Amino acid sequence: MNLITAHDLSKTYLKGETKVEALKGLNFEIEPASFVSFVGPSGSGKTTLLNLIGCLDKPTSGILRVDDTDVSGLDTRMAAAFRGKKIGFIFQDFNLIPVLTVYENVGYPLVLVQNTPSSERKQRILALLDAVGMAEQKDKYPDQISGGQKQRVAVARALVTKPKLVLADEPTANLDHKTAYMVINIMKKMKSELGTTFIFSTHDQKIVGEAEIIYTLEDGELAGREV
Amino acid sequence: MFDLFKIAIRNLLRYRRRTLLTVSLVSIGVVSVLVFVSASGSFKNMMIGQITDSFLGHIQIHKKGYVASIDSLPLTLNLGSNTLEKVEKAINEIPDIEAYSKRIKFGGMFSNFVETTNVRLNGVYPEDEARTVPLLLSRVREGERTIRTGEILVPELLAKGMKVKVGDTVVVIATNRDGSVNGKQFQVGGILESATGPGGRDGYIHIDDAAEILRMDTTQISEIAIRLKDFDKLHEVFDRLKDKLSNEVNKQGGPAFEVHMWEKLSPFYNIARMIDIMTFFVKLMLIAIVLISIMNVMVMAVYERIREIGTIAAIGTLPGKILAMFLIEGFSLGFFGAVVGNVLGVATISILSMAKLTFNFGRQKGLLLSPGINIQDILLISIMVITISVLASLQPAYKASKMNPIDALRHV
Ligand SMILES: Nc1ncnc2c1ncn2[C@@H]1O[C@H](COP(=O)(O)OP(=O)(O)OP(=O)(O)O)[C@@H](O)[C@H]1O
Ligand SMILES: [Mg+2]
Repeated sequence: MNLITAHDLSKTYLKGETKVEALKGLNFEIEPASFVSFVGPSGSGKTTLLNLIGCLDKPTSGILRVDDTDVSGLDTRMAAAFRGKKIGFIFQDFNLIPVLTVYENVGYPLVLVQNTPSSERKQRILALLDAVGMAEQKDKYPDQISGGQKQRVAVARALVTKPKLVLADEPTANLDHKTAYMVINIMKKMKSELGTTFIFSTHDQKIVGEAEIIYTLEDGELAGREV
Repeated sequence: MFDLFKIAIRNLLRYRRRTLLTVSLVSIGVVSVLVFVSASGSFKNMMIGQITDSFLGHIQIHKKGYVASIDSLPLTLNLGSNTLEKVEKAINEIPDIEAYSKRIKFGGMFSNFVETTNVRLNGVYPEDEARTVPLLLSRVREGERTIRTGEILVPELLAKGMKVKVGDTVVVIATNRDGSVNGKQFQVGGILESATGPGGRDGYIHIDDAAEILRMDTTQISEIAIRLKDFDKLHEVFDRLKDKLSNEVNKQGGPAFEVHMWEKLSPFYNIARMIDIMTFFVKLMLIAIVLISIMNVMVMAVYERIREIGTIAAIGTLPGKILAMFLIEGFSLGFFGAVVGNVLGVATISILSMAKLTFNFGRQKGLLLSPGINIQDILLISIMVITISVLASLQPAYKASKMNPIDALRHV
């Protein structure tokens, strides 16, 4: 059973009168517990694709199934609920909530998205903070830690709800090389430990090498698949 | 661990200066309203008390048509003996009535043997009158605070103009209802300070003397003044009294009596109304201040946090929770504004009340302003402020909850 199935997946943006075909009939399948990267030049459609898979946007045509759900049929509220349950997100700019501590940021999805009982919360948060090496900084606020540390916290936040899938659009673009590697490797480690599928997009050729499956996008079309 | 309230409070603390400014603005509004409501309320109650307790009473009963021609003090519109009986029976059946006083009112001539002038007089039963309008006898400036037969309480302006003093002998001459003239000698028993309003410059004599001058018996009454145990029950008692008396009809089939609350008998009712209207507008201003300041802050709060909203929406926070997050922020602003405002307002009122401010009302000087505020007013104003705060946050909060995560995340 595939985790993600895309069939003839297209997305066309309307910019006034002109149409921008960001994705042109993509076909691919992603199995559970994969470590996948989408690469391609700027404007090739990486963000567009990740937004579709992440149920943040809807395809113009074609089929997209995520964890056996036809996600193009979800309304706004259902899509939000689906994301909260099945998908974790890691952002390029880390996007931690500034008024919450590291510990609270990781706990946020459990409290305000999933309503997990508090007994279970603490143990899960601490385990993940430990796994990403941020346990010592748990009471610090986001503005008191470095970019790499923020992204490690974001990885923990994305995983705390035990999602099937974690999406990361250019997660290392704002990090130096060493830190970028470290973050990618933490993601990889979590994938092996938890069996979570990670899909990330990147420009960085060296980082791409860390992926197990690499899709290349060019001008809205799939130009290659490397394993 | 943490919840929506915690996030809201932390976000408010994040913009400390702005939060402080907004809370101050709301509290200043609350303080102003509380002080205004208490001071104007105290002034109003004092004013009403002065009028009703000095001469008017809370409710008055007359024969139908009397009030319309009250300026001429007609003797032809008196309550006769059997109608009087019915009225007194009705009054006695209402336990909320503290006291009532029967009066004979008439106009006559007042002479000091050198000059003569007009005078308006009330013939009263001294004890009943004192219980019905307890401030009356406190208006006696010179002489004893009683009304004895053969004595007259002369209003001060009349005493001054006619140069009479306590103990002087004067003559009162009046025309009775048949048109014949009669006079009687009185000793000036006291000089009566004026009270504000119609009837505030009347003289007082014993009802037996009034009956003697007018050559009638004391069962002929022009007016019955009534005092309630609890002024707040004015309308209730008024309705009951009116109801009880409505069965009585005159020969023409119309109602035999007319019952009036003090409001209908004194032009100062309009001032009391004016104070109420001013209070209403002051409250309206508070609403406007709260509405504008909170809405302004919340619109800014949403605008500044668009990316944060995009983030929490992307990771699956439902729109309702995002809405609640911002509503709670607005609620908290209003709540703290109300709390601080109430504390400062009550403190200000206590200081004002300790300062023993005095004011003059009509010819009454040095009346003590005793501003007080009751818990209902505080609760009402607090609830109002908090409700308006939440309403003011509604539009920005709704906008936040409806944001498209992709657009919000892209926002710089
Ligand atoms: N909201 C939008 N409206 C109109 N056109 C859009 C919109 N979003 C993206 N596009 C267009 O769709 C195409 C694909 O954009 P996308 O952002 O997916 O590329 P990308 O591969 O993520 O690029 P980058 O590496 O620069 O992030 C581009 O031509 C872009 O201009
Ligand atoms: Mg992109």
